[in-house]
Amino acid sequence: MKREKELLKGNYAIARAAVEAGCQSYFAYPITPQSEIGEYLSSAMPENGRAYVAAESEVAAINMVLGAGATGVKAMTSSSSCAVSLMQEGLSFIAGDEIPCVLVSVMRAGPGLGYIYPSQGDYYQTTKGGGNGDYKIVTYAPSSVQECIDLTYKSFYVSQKYRTPVCLLADGMLGQMMEPAVVGEYPYEEIDQSSWALDGAKDREPRHIASIEREQETLRKRVVKIFEKYNKILEKENIFEKYEIEGAKLVITAFGSIARIAKAAVKKARNNGMKVGLFRPILLNPFPEKIVAEIAQKVDGILDIELNCGQMLNDIKASIACAATIPVEFYGRPAGVMMTVEEIYKQIETVYRKIVEKKYGTACI
Amino acid sequence: MEQLVYKKPDSIRDDYRITFCPGCDHGVAVRLVAEVLDELNVREKTIGIASVGCSVFSYDFFNVDIVEAAHGRSLAVATGVKRSKPDKVVFTYQGDGDLASIGIAETIHAMTRGEKVTAICINNTTYGMTGGQAGPTTLIGQVTTTTTKGRQVDISGYPLKISELLKEVDGTAYVARVTLDSPSAILNAKKCIKKAFEAQIKGIGTGFVEILATCPTNWKMTPQEAHARVRGEMSEVFKPGVYKDKVSEA
Repeated sequence: MKREKELLKGNYAIARAAVEAGCQSYFAYPITPQSEIGEYLSSAMPENGRAYVAAESEVAAINMVLGAGATGVKAMTSSSSCAVSLMQEGLSFIAGDEIPCVLVSVMRAGPGLGYIYPSQGDYYQTTKGGGNGDYKIVTYAPSSVQECIDLTYKSFYVSQKYRTPVCLLADGMLGQMMEPAVVGEYPYEEIDQSSWALDGAKDREPRHIASIEREQETLRKRVVKIFEKYNKILEKENIFEKYEIEGAKLVITAFGSIARIAKAAVKKARNNGMKVGLFRPILLNPFPEKIVAEIAQKVDGILDIELNCGQMLNDIKASIACAATIPVEFYGRPAGVMMTVEEIYKQIETVYRKIVEKKYGTACI
Repeated sequence: MEQLVYKKPDSIRDDYRITFCPGCDHGVAVRLVAEVLDELNVREKTIGIASVGCSVFSYDFFNVDIVEAAHGRSLAVATGVKRSKPDKVVFTYQGDGDLASIGIAETIHAMTRGEKVTAICINNTTYGMTGGQAGPTTLIGQVTTTTTKGRQVDISGYPLKISELLKEVDGTAYVARVTLDSPSAILNAKKCIKKAFEAQIKGIGTGFVEILATCPTNWKMTPQEAHARVRGEMSEVFKPGVYKDKVSEA
C-alpha cells in the first residue's frame, strides 16, 4: 500500500505512528500540549483490540506501562513537563527492571506549571532524570512532524531490542504544528520477547522481574550490564544531522524544534559568506560526545542554541573538555519565547565576528 | 501404608525461602493464596505483583510469574498487566501501608474501574519492614516507633477502615475482612480469598480481601498474644466479615 503525504499535526502523527508500530497498551493522563495523543488513542486503541486506560494520574500511568511492558507488549505513555516529573519514580523502576516501553514527552515551559508554550526546559529532566540510581532514559529528539513519526518507530524498536525505556522528546511546537508527513509502515523487525516476558509459568520455571537485589555483587553486575547497553545503543542506534560542517569555522549545536530555525539561519549565514555549520544530535541520551569532540577539533568555536537557560550546553562542554580549547558560546531563551531566523542569524554574526575575525584578523563578512 | 494428608501447594516454590519473621501471619496468608491458586487450577496463567514491604520477595516463595511494583503502585502495575494480557489471572499481595496509604489513589481507581484483578491486603496496623512505625491503620492509643505515647487523634487522626471504604467503590465485586487467629478463621479466610479470585475469573470486578494479621516482632508480643490482639482491639475497630459479595449473587 502506497502511503500518501498528509497534512498532520505532530501529536496526531505520534499517536498514529504508535498504532502503526504495534503499540498494544497505552496509558496516560491528559496534559497540554500533548492531549491529542491520548484523545486519538482513546478511540484507536480499542478499535484495534488494544488497551487504552485513562489513568488516574501520571504516577499510575507509568506504573501501568511498567506492568504492560513486563508482559512483553509494546507499551507507551505520553505526557509533558510537570507531569513527567511525576513519572520519575516509575522510570527508575522500569530502567532497573529492564522493561521496554516508550515515553512521549512533549515539553512545555516551566518550572512548575510554567505554561503551555513550547520549550526545551526538560532536557535535564529527560537526560539527567529525576529518578534514583544509575540509569539513563534513551532519548530521541525530533525536529519535524515527519521525524515525530519516524522516531516513534525508532523508539519502539530500540526499547524492544535493548529492553530499555526510550523517550521521544518533542515540544509544544512540534506537538501542535501541522505540516505534510507520511505515516509509513513500521520499518523495523519485530523483536521476540518470549525469553523473558511474563505470561504465566506454564511448562517452565516461574520468572520474576524486579529492581530489588539483595546480593551486592549481582546488583553491581546488573547495573554495569545496563550501562553496557547504553554504550551499544550509542554505537548502533545513534542518529544525528550534520549540516555544512565541512570547512566550518563556527558550528551551531541545537536539538529539536529550535534546530530547524537555527538551520535556516545557518543557511543565510553561508549565503552571506560565513563558514558556519550545524550539528543536531537526534539521539540525546546517551550523548554523542565523540562526534562533538571530533567537530570541536576542527572548528574555532561553538555556539549552542536552546529554548532554555543552557542545558545541553553542559553536555557540549563536557564533550569537548579534553578534545579542544575553543570558546563555547550560548544563546538561549526560557519560557517558550520562540526565536526567529533573523534573531539567530544576528547572534551567529556576532559570535562569528568575535571568534573568527579575532583569530584571523580579516573582515570576511 | 503411608497416606499423604498435607503437602506444600504447587503454587509455592520447591526451593521456597520465606523471608517473614517467626510467628507472623504472612506465612499462613501466602499459603492460603497458593492453595487457592492450586484449587482454581490457575497457577500456570497467574501473574503476581510483589509490593514494597515485607512481601517484596514474593518471588522467593510463590511459584508463579511475579513483577515487582514500587511502593503503593501494585494495582496500577496489575492494571497494566491485566489490560495487556486479559486471559491471565492477576493478583497483588500488599500491606496496609502500601495499599491504603501511599497507594490509596491507585487502589481506589483500579477498583473504581473494576479491574479484573485480586488484591490481598495484610493489615497489621504498622509498617513492619521498616521497623514498626505508625501507618494508616494504626489504632488510637497504639504505641509505635513514631507514636511513642500512643496514636493520638489530634496529631495523627484516625485509623483508615479499608474494607468499609472499598465496599462503596462500584467496581469491587467482593470485599471481605478476615483474621487468621484460629483454625476456623483460617478456613474462612481461604473461602474469602477464593471468592476474591473468582470475582476476576468470572469477570465480575475486583476481588479484595483484607487480612487482619499479626506483627509479633514490632508489636513486641508473642504470637499468641498477637492473635489475642487481633481478636480483641483490632477486631473491635476493624470488624471482620463479608462487606460485599457480587460473586455469590452472580
